[in-house]
Amino acid sequence: MAILVDENTKVLIQGITGSFGGRHAKLSLDYGTQVVAGVTPGKGGQKFEDQVPIFDTVSEAAAETGATVSAIFVPPPFAADAILEAVDAGLDLVVCITEGIPVMDMMKVRAGMEGSKTRLIGPNCPGLVTPGRGENSQGGCRIGIAPGYIHKRGSIGVVSRSGTLTYEAVWQLSALGLGQSTCVGIGGDPINGTSHLDVLKMFNDDPETEGIIMIGEIGGTAEEEAAEWVKDNCNKPVAGFIAGATAPPGRRMGHAGAIISGGKGTAEAKKQAMRDAGIAVAETPAEMGRTLKEALG
Amino acid sequence: MNIHEYQAKELFEKFNVPTPGGKVADTAEEAKAAAEELGGSNIVVKAQVHAGGRGKGTFKNGFKGGVHLVNSAEEAGEIAGKMIGETLVTHQTGEEGRLVRKVLVAQSVDIEKEYYLAILMDRESRSPVIVASTEGGVNIEDVAESTPEKILNEKVHPLLGLQPYQVRKLASKLGFAGDQGKAFGKLLGALYKLFISCDCSMVEINPLVVTTDGQVLALDAKFNFDDNALYRHPDIAAMRDPEEEDPREVEASKYDLNYIGLDGNIACLVNGAGLAMATMDIIKHYGGEPANFLDVGGGATKEQVTNAFKIILGDPKVEGILVNIFGGIMDCNVIAEGIVAACQEVDLKLPLVVRLEGNNVEAGKKTLAESGVALITGDDLADAAEKAVKAIAA
Repeated sequence: MAILVDENTKVLIQGITGSFGGRHAKLSLDYGTQVVAGVTPGKGGQKFEDQVPIFDTVSEAAAETGATVSAIFVPPPFAADAILEAVDAGLDLVVCITEGIPVMDMMKVRAGMEGSKTRLIGPNCPGLVTPGRGENSQGGCRIGIAPGYIHKRGSIGVVSRSGTLTYEAVWQLSALGLGQSTCVGIGGDPINGTSHLDVLKMFNDDPETEGIIMIGEIGGTAEEEAAEWVKDNCNKPVAGFIAGATAPPGRRMGHAGAIISGGKGTAEAKKQAMRDAGIAVAETPAEMGRTLKEALG
Repeated sequence: MNIHEYQAKELFEKFNVPTPGGKVADTAEEAKAAAEELGGSNIVVKAQVHAGGRGKGTFKNGFKGGVHLVNSAEEAGEIAGKMIGETLVTHQTGEEGRLVRKVLVAQSVDIEKEYYLAILMDRESRSPVIVASTEGGVNIEDVAESTPEKILNEKVHPLLGLQPYQVRKLASKLGFAGDQGKAFGKLLGALYKLFISCDCSMVEINPLVVTTDGQVLALDAKFNFDDNALYRHPDIAAMRDPEEEDPREVEASKYDLNYIGLDGNIACLVNGAGLAMATMDIIKHYGGEPANFLDVGGGATKEQVTNAFKIILGDPKVEGILVNIFGGIMDCNVIAEGIVAACQEVDLKLPLVVRLEGNNVEAGKKTLAESGVALITGDDLADAAEKAVKAIAA
């Protein structure tokens, strides 16, 4: 089970011939992920690592290989077009790793995706991992840039805006013997494809997931909306953490979306919304795993 | 990225957003000439710094006010002479103040009524939103707090763009009629075009004014641009004024490091923005104060780590350093080598706490242990933060 992707998912990679995309395509292959195609315009007919066929277009790659999910590694000026191409090809899921896409581009992409069946995760995200059933939890589905080896197959769902903070949480969970069903990085941009709430709903419906960690950060109101839903609808224990309690207002803290503006999006408001919804809030990032373990009882 | 008022005026002129005439001046002579060109009377001279509260500010030479109304070209030159090359202190600049390098010399207008008009990128609705109010010239957050019904919001469809009926609706609600309604519509249309064309994340006109002779003009403007889009706007990127920014942040950006200076005394060096924020938070949790936000990114090199150390140590307030690296894909040993090289190069005397975890961590720890560099090892994030706070208290 798990959510969104599993060991049977066939993945194509847009930008597989770039150094960044290529490196992570290789790591996904090593993890046991079914990377079945690459897409780089003008390089159709070639092979990546002597095994993965490269196509000029996404629709061709999907038709030839049966890929249903795409990971995007193309540079920011071309990323919006790459997302729309994957949507046009009718893929189920598009995971955009690219950091630095202009907000106006994402605004148009989201509006253009209206009514399509494709789900977008990201941009500016680490991607997602469903740990496998093999030795050391290999053989799973790793899409993006997360380190596969820290994951352990199990029943905890992780959803987060930040990359390394997610790894920190996964590391703590694995050390406590708590494996993960799926870990989803939704990205740090102000306009993204999938929200905390979207992922929480999927975890709630997933029979394999028994507990959830939700990691947020300052900026926007997505965490508050997710907490509001949890209050009345979620029947699984949820632990949460919000980064940025010490961030000064008006400054963009690395992620384009991590900014307190006009007094909105503070860490305290988000933590309070979580507490009000019965979510166990970790007071420090070192306690994310332990807080969930206690919530599980 | 922020820009100066005179640069905002230049953008308004380029996009035909009506604004009072004005020119920027680098010297008293230029200011005098600009004032003459503007007719010599009813002129306002404004110090150009990236900070609010200029009118009520005081120069370090004792001269009061960064905004002055004058009635002759000579006077304009004289006032400009007292501002240029001097340091202005306002409630937003802090005690150190800001050096004024330029002044804006502009036509002063007689105001009949003030309004508020802004366009911003709204993340919740994923669309541009126009915010307008009949209560202009005051702090708009206060208006939203006390009389929220006086704030108008109009969402613009991301693909359809601003429609004429939306402009008419806003004009009518703001009480603009006849020629003034048309003038407002023209201004809003031009402003929307500017907002989209320049990849703004916000443009705010406060106040928008109707003059006693019936013109509708943008009197002051605040811009915010999407940093991610600057690559396609070299003209706007060129408006960046590094003199107005924290020199450490300017230095950090040269090495692709994401640095924001804060007021505390424990510097931190972290990979990843989320973890960097969380590291600041945990320092505070254990009773310390973070000196900075510093994200070295996912693929930091030895050189970047060395430069990061130099930038951190350039802050005289720093009394200790906490390095927190979760090397997912990144090789911990590369980071360890960077730390050792940096400590030797800068001859580090301050307490240094290092927490390394992840890929190739054993080799990294070995490199640190065998280097002879005096450092404190943190077993996990909490342990490292606690040790960093204790180290500077000792």
